[in-house]
Amino acid sequence: MSSARDQILGSIRKSLGREALAGEDAAKLHEKLARPPRNLIPDRTDLDHDGQVGLFKDKLVAAACSVSEVSGMDQVPKALSEWLGRENLAARVIQSPALAADLDWSDTPTLEVKTGMSDGTDETSITPIFAGVAETGTLMLQSDASLPTSLNFLPENHVVIVRENQIVGPLEDAWARLRTARAAESGETMPRTVNLITGPSRTGDIEQKIQMGAHGPRRLHVILVRD
Amino acid sequence: MDSTSKNFKANSRRALDDSTLQRALGNIKTGFQEKRRQVTSELPEFEALRDQGRDIKNHVLANLDFYLERFEEKVVENGGVVHWCRTPEEARKTILDIAKTRNAQTVTKGKSMVAEEIGLNDYLEENGIEPVETDLGEYIIQLRHEPPSHIIAPAIHVTREQIAEDFRKHHTDLDPERRLETPQDFTDEARAKLRDRYFAADVGVTGANFLIAETGSTVIVTNEGNGDMTQLLGKCHVVIASLEKIVPTLEDASTILRLLARSATGQEMSVYTTFSTGPRRAKDLDGPEEFHVVLLDNGRSAMLGTEFQDMLRCIRCAACMNHCPVYAAVGGHAYGWVYPGPMGAVLTPSLIGVEEAGHLPNASTFCGRCESVCPMRIPLPKMMRHYRTREFERDLGSPRVKSALKLWAGLATRPKLYRFATGIVMRVLGALGGKAGKFKSLPLAGGWTKVRDMPAPQGKTFHQLYAEKKRVA
Repeated sequence: MSSARDQILGSIRKSLGREALAGEDAAKLHEKLARPPRNLIPDRTDLDHDGQVGLFKDKLVAAACSVSEVSGMDQVPKALSEWLGRENLAARVIQSPALAADLDWSDTPTLEVKTGMSDGTDETSITPIFAGVAETGTLMLQSDASLPTSLNFLPENHVVIVRENQIVGPLEDAWARLRTARAAESGETMPRTVNLITGPSRTGDIEQKIQMGAHGPRRLHVILVRD
Repeated sequence: MDSTSKNFKANSRRALDDSTLQRALGNIKTGFQEKRRQVTSELPEFEALRDQGRDIKNHVLANLDFYLERFEEKVVENGGVVHWCRTPEEARKTILDIAKTRNAQTVTKGKSMVAEEIGLNDYLEENGIEPVETDLGEYIIQLRHEPPSHIIAPAIHVTREQIAEDFRKHHTDLDPERRLETPQDFTDEARAKLRDRYFAADVGVTGANFLIAETGSTVIVTNEGNGDMTQLLGKCHVVIASLEKIVPTLEDASTILRLLARSATGQEMSVYTTFSTGPRRAKDLDGPEEFHVVLLDNGRSAMLGTEFQDMLRCIRCAACMNHCPVYAAVGGHAYGWVYPGPMGAVLTPSLIGVEEAGHLPNASTFCGRCESVCPMRIPLPKMMRHYRTREFERDLGSPRVKSALKLWAGLATRPKLYRFATGIVMRVLGALGGKAGKFKSLPLAGGWTKVRDMPAPQGKTFHQLYAEKKRVA
């Protein structure tokens, strides 16, 4: 044990006028960490699922995302291809390894598709998400062996696939899903990285004028799969 | 960072006479204030969330030792290291040692006010390591060799003409005739310049908006994504954070996130909120190989249990300075250290001493706007008053102010004498004011009359007028 550590903890306890917590006091706090209670959750997500999907779309647009809707995963390649054309972007994309099994690119032969992590030269990436938070139009993405975080930041354009059943109301519901999913998988609550992303990268550092594409993607496009 | 807080008065005078600075500060009202007002009006629960935010942080402060120990356990469980540092010296040395172990040539940095507090950049440079700021605002002021003047908009004092000059001077490989006018011109140029630096960096240093005891995660909130590039592309992620950044659970962080961006930039959520937990996992394709958390005390543990404990609830949103008439007039550099505005006027004397920073709590009109917008309901004016009292008791104020205050107290506590004396003064001043009804200059109030006229009294005191009205009625 480092002496700096002991001194800092000692100084805190001296200021608070007590010893280290023990017994029932400590048990109460351990319980809070083991089963975190929810605080106040704003009413705005208190809707049925269709209502939450509608709110999610509105909030995405408010955060400067673009949205297109398809009725199944098989239509995602075409929707991507159309979006790239509309935005006048090169017909090249890098996909998360996690998508390789789900997407069939044979109907879009002119689209050049790579799979893996980004080395910084890719213009457009396509990734899945873990959850979509309707409350604020926020996308929750996690890292793992088939989900490299670099795809969320390095390309100029980031396209995400949101399946309708991934949309939840408040942020707390997304945490609940993450805890459940990871408890089943690995036992640890958190992967190395969880990104909450609300719109494309921006800065206000030049005279407080908002400018897109500061370091991360300039464009964030959501393909909503209603299946 | 060395402080010039002692020179607050001279610093302010210079700032008021600086027309470029005054133009830059003019953006605050339309920018931050209007956006905050709009976004908070769209969330009916905002006031109730402020109460909860305050309660969460009060709970944390009352159990700070417990939550810090749980946080450390979780960081270690996930393969990271926690370094406890009492002083800025210890924190600087810890980070340098980590960088040396990795033979680092450059260190990229996400924006961190605690890194400013410990003077990290200068120290790394002195030891042969190049720090590279990646937040656009921080990058600009690094080129200018200036400290930040605002805690979330570090280059708010710089105009685009000045930035164009800096970019042309430093980016000498680019066409000197290129256009540098629109915000996009600057953003694109900085984006391209910094891309290579991320990949070349051995170590990435970021700050933290939250530390989460439940999971051992550190959280950073940015709009640019620079903090993410910094930790993703560096081989080693070092987080520098002060003790009070801790919250118990993901739920608690979620509650405070609802307050943070709304209060700061008037957004519902900032673009990137990233939770980092340990180094990359065995099979991950990217992410840092090492994860270190440098926990800084620097006087905070001693603030617990004092009348300044509430200050440790601060989440660094900058709403107080965005709404402060004094900040809007003089900008952040006048405050002379890392933290400006109302939160700086309380935190600075707490961290570096009232001898050094006693002027700052006096830089307030006591209008109360800072407290009214503070998402954590920190009673900033009350704490500034505590510092004024301390300054007075410890005989640190100017002798002239002290004797004037004593004279005032003598008058104000003797009603008959007060009415008699003020009656005379009003009559004299009323007569002297003459037809113009105002003074262009007054002895002892030169600072006030320099920029405006003083209306002359109408010859009677309030008490006299009140008595007359009562008689008529």
